[in-house]
Amino acid sequence: MAKIELIDVAHEYQIGSGDYAVKDINITWNDGVSSALLGPSGCGKTTLLKIISGLLRPSEGTVLLDGEDVTGLSPQERNVAQVFQFPVVYETLSVFDNLAFPLRNRGANKQEVRERVHEIAEMLDLQDLLKKGASSLGAAEKQRISLGRGIVRKDTTAVLFDEPLTVIDPHMKWHLRRKLKELHARLGLTMVYVTHDQHEALTFAEQVTVMDVGEALQTGSPRALHTRPAAPFVGYFIGSPGMNLFDATLQDDGVMVGDLKLSYPSETLQGLGGKKLQVGIRPEFIEVRSDPDDGAIKSTVEAVNLTGSSLILDLAGKGLDFKVRVMEDADVNEGDTLYATFPDERVILYADGRAVKSTLKEAA
Amino acid sequence: MEQDAKQVVSNERGGSRQEANSFRIGKYLNVTNIGMTLYFLFLALPLVWMLSMSFKTNQEILSTRSFIPIDATLANYQTIFSQPFWREAFFNSLIYVGLNVVITLIVALPAAYAFSRYKFRGDHHLFFWLLTNRMAPAAVFLLPFFQLYANIGLFDTHLAVALAHTLFSVPLAVWILEGFMSGIPKAIDETAYVDGYSFPGFFFKIFMPLIGPGIGVAAFFSFLFSWVELLIVSTLTSTNAKPIVVTLSRSLGAEGWDWGVIAAAGVLMIIPGAILIYFVRNNLAKGFALGRV
Amino acid sequence: MKTENQRAWFFLIPALLVMSINAFIPIMTVINYSFQDIFAGSAIWIGLENYVRVLNDSEFRSALGRQLIFSFLILLIQVPLGIAISLGMPKKGWRATVALVAVGLPLLIPWNVVGIIWRVFTRGDLGLVPVFFNLFGYDYNVANNAVDAYWSVVAMDVWHWTPLIVLLCYSGLNAIPDAFYQAAKIDGASRWSTFRYVTLPRLRSVLTIGILLRFMDSFRIYSEVDMLTGGGPGTTTAFLSDVLVSKARANEFGYGGALSLIYFFIILIISYVFFLVLTNVGTADETPKEA
Repeated sequence: MAKIELIDVAHEYQIGSGDYAVKDINITWNDGVSSALLGPSGCGKTTLLKIISGLLRPSEGTVLLDGEDVTGLSPQERNVAQVFQFPVVYETLSVFDNLAFPLRNRGANKQEVRERVHEIAEMLDLQDLLKKGASSLGAAEKQRISLGRGIVRKDTTAVLFDEPLTVIDPHMKWHLRRKLKELHARLGLTMVYVTHDQHEALTFAEQVTVMDVGEALQTGSPRALHTRPAAPFVGYFIGSPGMNLFDATLQDDGVMVGDLKLSYPSETLQGLGGKKLQVGIRPEFIEVRSDPDDGAIKSTVEAVNLTGSSLILDLAGKGLDFKVRVMEDADVNEGDTLYATFPDERVILYADGRAVKSTLKEAA
Repeated sequence: MEQDAKQVVSNERGGSRQEANSFRIGKYLNVTNIGMTLYFLFLALPLVWMLSMSFKTNQEILSTRSFIPIDATLANYQTIFSQPFWREAFFNSLIYVGLNVVITLIVALPAAYAFSRYKFRGDHHLFFWLLTNRMAPAAVFLLPFFQLYANIGLFDTHLAVALAHTLFSVPLAVWILEGFMSGIPKAIDETAYVDGYSFPGFFFKIFMPLIGPGIGVAAFFSFLFSWVELLIVSTLTSTNAKPIVVTLSRSLGAEGWDWGVIAAAGVLMIIPGAILIYFVRNNLAKGFALGRV
Repeated sequence: MKTENQRAWFFLIPALLVMSINAFIPIMTVINYSFQDIFAGSAIWIGLENYVRVLNDSEFRSALGRQLIFSFLILLIQVPLGIAISLGMPKKGWRATVALVAVGLPLLIPWNVVGIIWRVFTRGDLGLVPVFFNLFGYDYNVANNAVDAYWSVVAMDVWHWTPLIVLLCYSGLNAIPDAFYQAAKIDGASRWSTFRYVTLPRLRSVLTIGILLRFMDSFRIYSEVDMLTGGGPGTTTAFLSDVLVSKARANEFGYGGALSLIYFFIILIISYVFFLVLTNVGTADETPKEA
């Protein structure tokens, strides 16, 4: 497995058009890391995946594999494997021959082929199906075969997944995801997984890159993405519901959001004039009490929604509408008055879409 | 490290079938291009020869062999356009073929839908049975068709030919349409019902637009096989609905062939079809795989 | 998933109706005639005698032999050639339009006109083909030389019908998602392997209809051959339909009827075999090269 680096990668499908599918991409994936490219449709994640795999050569930038410049190399030359959105199997071949295909094409001898295919089949629970024709199997099994072909070669540098669970039945998705995690743990594969489903990304990957409109907004652990989203979009996209975002106006000693004043030291506020300011805080980080508190925001509960095992409250106060997450056993009703506090360390200030470093206490 | 962006024009790499199939010698000189050129030459020569003949006088045709007519003339075409004989024949052909395509589609669409969406006893065999209608030699049909259509008073009508041809066009249309329909997920049908569409509403407003290319391809093949058919058409028509294929063969009389006129007629026969291909080219390019096979 | 439903028959009624009327009556007529000996306006029931006569007739047998060889020769040439051409066709742009229209043209010419074109094209006094062969010192003579005549008929059919395979495969190829080619490349497949394991299997359905149509139509070929060689020289290019038409012309309805049915069943059986093979190849459980 290999370390993948993208340096200043950008891609225009039509050179000179100014229409970039992806730009300013600088990401490193260390050897053996499981990672995800997360974002809505059209954000450029598939384009980026193709650049990593070699199916697409970027119009600008460099791709390094273990320090070597592979930008001009084909997927075959990079030894990168890819699993597609729909299962790709060789229908006229048996499962065994499917798995053996990449090995045989590179001239492995019978013994090697047999051993390795059995090894991979065992890892993917395909041993009983080896003799069957690949075309007779279901989507989930076929994806396992696709995956198997990807890892059957020992010199595979990375395995890339392009929304591989799209055509899988919902109840099988969980099994496949687990299998992927198992394989990752066992083989130490470098995996890059493209998806628009945050749940998939956050449960599967150690490192997640959130993308929107061709830009990589933030790369980090799921936790970091959750607690310190570097861009409003990241905050909004991750979590359900996503982060509360408010427009803010610059003041001498802080910012105004609605009727609420947030104080900031002058070093933080320096240079923010003329920029679009936003403030974000996650629903789960807002503290609410029913006892009156002068320092808190007095707000009315507009709606109570039960989601899974918590309640999402729509609150309105101080000119702001926001959502708060509380335990499901909280005794709250529509029309109640609650007092909400925004803990300093959970509030994030954004200027022109980038988080502003503040000297306030950072969240753990 | 810096890539010269101007160098990189064609970026998409990896397994396009075009790349997968050419051995390059020079930039254009490779096996594929040579092979394709030879084939298209082979294809074009007889046609070009016919085209050139259509602009020659019979005299020139019989005396010299020149690619470009020495004495170019429009006389042959004039003959065809001026004689009502030819004009009518041309339109007759267009009419019954058009009728055939329409009837075929009307009949084949529901049938294909049935094969695509329903499982029923004998469906696999029935699907093959459709094709068996194309298996009997045409001669078999001549007398019976003559008797049948004469008895129901449809002899020498466009309708008769159109109906008779459905025997051959419907099976192919059903096979093709079924293939396209199977490419549409059943979820769409179900969603439509949930949304409150009646079946006709769903079929015409939602389903048919989705299989548009399939309809185009099916229409093309129906047109094709009906336009070129000779034996049945000559049996079922005499004067009223006589098509150009028949007038052509009738003009191959004992007194010697009117080569120039025949060539001109041949050229004219190709034009409607060529126009049709042009219009369905995107449908063909869209790609289809037959579903039930 | 399909619903098991007899309601489907409702949708099939128009098609079944139209085709049954057109098919039923001729078949009944033909069957009727086949059991009778018809002459001078009257007919006697003779049971299977016509069938026996047909099967024993040497003219029938030799024509059948010629026909079988011809049809298989046709398939052997047109299918691979058609696939090859479709692979080379341009995919987009004006080139694709021109190529598509050009390729489709031979299909759109009435069959007798095809025969006429080729007749002129190969005629000693009018055509290009003799000129071409004369350049190599070969005395090409389609009217008198059996070999020339036979291969000219083959060339004509190849010219006429290969485009059908080309168009079908062209469409079929465009239905193959790029991902399959990409995966094959990643798996290190050679050009031939890609063709064999990705392209060809995915062309199976269009090739099935293509092969079936070509087989059926070539087995019934008539007008073009009639125009070009008239079945000659001698009987070199007299295929099965030739025999049938001459019997029909001679008003031998009984014999003709029996011949028609036998003709039909031969096509039916061979087509069905093709159908079974083509729809099952590569989908059944295969024994792997090793396990």
